[in-house]
Amino acid sequence: MPRYTLEIDGAPRAVDAQPDEPLLYVLTDKLGLKGPRFGCGVAQCGTCTVLVDGQPVRSCVVPASGLEGRRIRTLDGLERDGRLHPVQQAFVDEQAAQCGYCANGWVMHTVALLERKPQASEAEIREGLAGVQCRCGTQIAILRAARRARDQMAAQAAAPKA
Amino acid sequence: MDSTPTMNRREFLHSQTALVVGASGAFTLVSPEAAAQGAAPALVGPAPTALDTWIRIGADGRVVANFGKMDCGQGLDLAIAQIVAEELDVAVEQVQVTMGNTRLSPNQGGGSGSTGIRLGAVPLRNAAAEARRLLLEAAATRLGSDVATLAVEQGRVFIKAEPARGLSYAELIGGQGFGTSVEWNRQVGNAMAVKGRAQPKPVSAYKIVGRDHKRQDIALKVSGRETHYTAHVRPSGLLHGRSVRPPVAGAQPLAVDDASIAHIAGARSFVRGGWVAVVAETEWDAVRAARDLKVRWSEAAAPFAGGHEGVFERIRQATPTAANAIAMFGGRKAWDEKPTLAALAASARVVQAEYECAFQSHARIAPSCGVADVRGDRAEIWSDTQKPHFLRDGIAKFLGLPAQNVQVTWMHGAGSYGRSDADEAPYEAALLSRHFGRPVRVQWSREEGTAWDPKAPAAVISLKAGLDAANQVTGWHFKAKGFNGWDVRFTGESPEHVLVGMLTGHKKWNAYNFNVPDESYQFPQHVHWWETVPPYLQEASPMRTAHLRAPQEMQTRFGQECFIDEVAHAAGEHPVDFRLRHLRNAREVEVVRTVAQRMGWPGRKTVRSGGKVATGWGLALHSGYGSHAAVACEVEVHRDSGRIWVRKVSIAHDCGLMVNPLGVRAALEGQIMQGISRALHEEVQFDEQRVTSVDWNSYRIASLDDVPGEVDLVLINRPDQPIGGAGEPAIVCFPAAMANAVFDATGVRIRRYPFVASRVKQALG
Repeated sequence: MPRYTLEIDGAPRAVDAQPDEPLLYVLTDKLGLKGPRFGCGVAQCGTCTVLVDGQPVRSCVVPASGLEGRRIRTLDGLERDGRLHPVQQAFVDEQAAQCGYCANGWVMHTVALLERKPQASEAEIREGLAGVQCRCGTQIAILRAARRARDQMAAQAAAPKA
Repeated sequence: MDSTPTMNRREFLHSQTALVVGASGAFTLVSPEAAAQGAAPALVGPAPTALDTWIRIGADGRVVANFGKMDCGQGLDLAIAQIVAEELDVAVEQVQVTMGNTRLSPNQGGGSGSTGIRLGAVPLRNAAAEARRLLLEAAATRLGSDVATLAVEQGRVFIKAEPARGLSYAELIGGQGFGTSVEWNRQVGNAMAVKGRAQPKPVSAYKIVGRDHKRQDIALKVSGRETHYTAHVRPSGLLHGRSVRPPVAGAQPLAVDDASIAHIAGARSFVRGGWVAVVAETEWDAVRAARDLKVRWSEAAAPFAGGHEGVFERIRQATPTAANAIAMFGGRKAWDEKPTLAALAASARVVQAEYECAFQSHARIAPSCGVADVRGDRAEIWSDTQKPHFLRDGIAKFLGLPAQNVQVTWMHGAGSYGRSDADEAPYEAALLSRHFGRPVRVQWSREEGTAWDPKAPAAVISLKAGLDAANQVTGWHFKAKGFNGWDVRFTGESPEHVLVGMLTGHKKWNAYNFNVPDESYQFPQHVHWWETVPPYLQEASPMRTAHLRAPQEMQTRFGQECFIDEVAHAAGEHPVDFRLRHLRNAREVEVVRTVAQRMGWPGRKTVRSGGKVATGWGLALHSGYGSHAAVACEVEVHRDSGRIWVRKVSIAHDCGLMVNPLGVRAALEGQIMQGISRALHEEVQFDEQRVTSVDWNSYRIASLDDVPGEVDLVLINRPDQPIGGAGEPAIVCFPAAMANAVFDATGVRIRRYPFVASRVKQALG
C-alpha cells in the first residue's frame, strides 16, 4: 500500500492508503478523527466535509492520494486551546443540533463561508450551506447559528485588541 | 497504526460507575419475591428493586442517574437530569445521565412512543426523591437534629436555623451506594416504575422543571472531542464488515467467487443462508470487497408488480390480511358499518374522498452502524438502537447465548424516529465477529440505509360523510386500508425482526397493525376501522414495514383532517368553525382556536388570485401521547412549477406540564422541517425488481429551500396536567394542514402525499 504525507490540521501525517481510497476513510479509520462522519459515500449529504485549501470538500469521494501538499482542515482541528471555534460556539449557543451527526457538514461549510465572506448576507448563507443535509430537521436553528457566528465573528474582529 | 480511541473523561466516568454497580451485582435477576410469585417477566441486568440501580452519588458529589431509555436526538437526557436535579435539590449540571446501557440500567423500553419523559422519568423521579429522603435522614443523625429542621440547597443538607452546620451529599454518601430497596411494579419496558417511601415534590415547588435549560451534549456533536457516536467505536483488532445485497429482492446466493476479491489483501467472504457479506482489515478494503465480490444469484420472480406507481391500485384490489377497529398495539375492537351506511343512504348528500399515502423511508442521515465483539460465550455490542435491552435479548437468541452474557452499550447515533435500520448492523456484526473471532464493525451503505431499511406503510384512506338538508353531519365512515405496519416489530428483540435474521432462516412473524384516528371529533354514526394488505415479499423484503414516527398516524390524520375540510366546505361552513363545533375536549379547542387566530381567523378571507403564486392557509389537529397539537400553515403555491412553500407556520402545542420549554421548541422546529419533508418530498420508489430510491437524489428530503419564512410557536404549559410527549403530535399534522392550505389558495384538492411538484403542477392544470 502506498504511503502519503498529508497536512492535516496543521501537522504532517504519514498514512498508508490505497490510491483510490477516499480521504474520509483515512481520517476516520486510520487516524481516528471524529469530526468528519460517513453519511452517504456519494457526496450528497456533506456529513464528511473537510476544508481543502479553504474550500469545502466531500471527503467520502476525494482520494487522499491526490491531496499531498494541500492544506486539509477538519472539525477536529477547529478548537484552539480547548476552546470551541466561534462557529462551533454559535451552534452550541443556538442549540443547533438534534442528533448532531450531520453537524460536521454545517459547521465546516459555515467556517468556509465566513472566512470567504465575513459579511455574508442571508442569501449567501443559504447558498453557502446549500447541499448539506439534515434528517432531524434542524435547519431553522442551523440558519440562526450561522447568522450568530457571522455577527459574533464580525464583532470580535471589530473589537480593539487587548 | 493504532486507531483505538483512548478512554476519555466521559468513558472513564462510565467505567467507574460500572465498577460501582458491578459491586452490587450487575447481573442480578428478578427480585426474589417476584420470582417466587412468577408475577414478573424474567429480567436480565441490574435489579430495578435496588435504589442504587437508579441513583448514585459519586465521591465528588456528582449524581449519576441510570436511565433505561436513550436519546433519539432531542436531548431527553437533559429533561431526565432536570427531573432528578429537582428532586435532589442539586444543580442540573451536577447530574450525569447514563442512557440505555444494559449493564447499568434496567429495560425501560428504550426510545418508544414519546414515552421518554412521561413514563421514562417516573422511576427516576421517585428514586431521586427516595434518595433525598435517605440523605436527609442520614444528615439528621450525623448532625444530631431532626429531619424537619433541615433544608437542602445545591446538594448540601444543613440546619435551617444554623446554615453553617451542614453536610454535602458527597460527605454523606459519596461513592458508597444506598444499599436500600424500592418497590418495583413488576413491569418491564415503558411501564416500568419504582417508588420508595418518599413522595416526589409537588409541581408547585418546581424550580428546575419547567425552565429553559440548554443541552450540554451539543458541544460534543459539533466537535471531534469524544467517542460519541457508534461510528466512532473502533476497538483494536477490528475487522470491517459489509453486506452484499441481491440485485433482485428475494434472490438467493448460489455461488460466491472468492477469486474476485483475491486482489484485496485480507478480504474474506461470508455466506450464511441468504446473507452474503465480506470482511476486511480496513474500512475501505471492506467497501471495495463488497463492491468487487462476484456472487451468482438465483433467478427471483420480480416481487414488486406494478412498482410504486401501482401501489394504491394494489391496495384497493387486495384481499385484507386483517381488519380491526383498535387503534394500535393488539387486541380486538368490533365495528359495524351498517348503521353508518344506512344513515348515509338516508342523507340529503354524501361527500366522499380517498387519500393516498406513499411508502416512506426512515432514511437516517447515517445508515445502520454496529460494532460487536463476540468472545466465547460472551458478546459486547455497541449500537445506536432505540431499544438496547431488546437488542441484547435478540442478539443473545441469534447467537444462542444467555441474555446475561450479552451487553449492549448504547451510543449516540444518527437521529432515529422509530424502528429504523439501527438494529440491523449490530446483528450482522455479531454474526461476523463470532465467525472470525475478532471485533467487527459493520457500516451499512447509503443505498442499504435508504432502500433496505424498514418503511412506513403506504395506504389508501377512504372517507364518506352524510349531510342532511340543514348541512348537519348524519354519519362518518372512515376506512384505512394499507400495508401492514408491523412486518417487523418495533424492537430487535428477536432475529426475525432484522434482515440478517430472516435471511438466515428466522421466519417473519405474523402480526397485523394499522391505525385509526382518535375520536377527537364527535359525529353521529361514526365508524372507523383499518384493513391491512399482503406484503409484496414475505421474507427479508426491502419494503418491510415498521414504526416510523407517529406510526400510521400521519396517514390516517391526512385522510381525516383533509376530509373534515372537504365536508366543512360542502356544508358551507368555515373549516375552523366546523371543527370547533365537533370538538369536545377544551384543550383541543384551545389549540385549534389559537393557531386559527394566528392566521387571521375569523376575519381572513380566501383570495384566489389566479396569479403565478397563489396563497392560502389551512390547519390540522392531532392529539396523542398525552398531548395536543394544532398546526396551521400559510403556503405559497407556484403554479408554473408546482412548488409549495410554507411561508408561515403556527403551532399551538399543549403537552401538559412542560419540563424544558427550550427542548419543546427544538422538538417542534424539527417536526416542522421533517413534517414538510414528508408532506412534500419523501416517497419510496421501486420498480418490479428493487427499490430505486437509494440516496438523497432519488429519496429527497427537505432542504434549506423548504425552511418556512416565519415560525410561530405557541407553547401552552399546563402544570396541573401530566407530562405529555412532544416528539410526535405536531409532525402528524403537516400533510393535512398543507393540503388544506393548497385548497384555500387554489381551490384544488391534493389527496396524495408527498405533494411532489410535478404532480401538483399537473393537478393545478
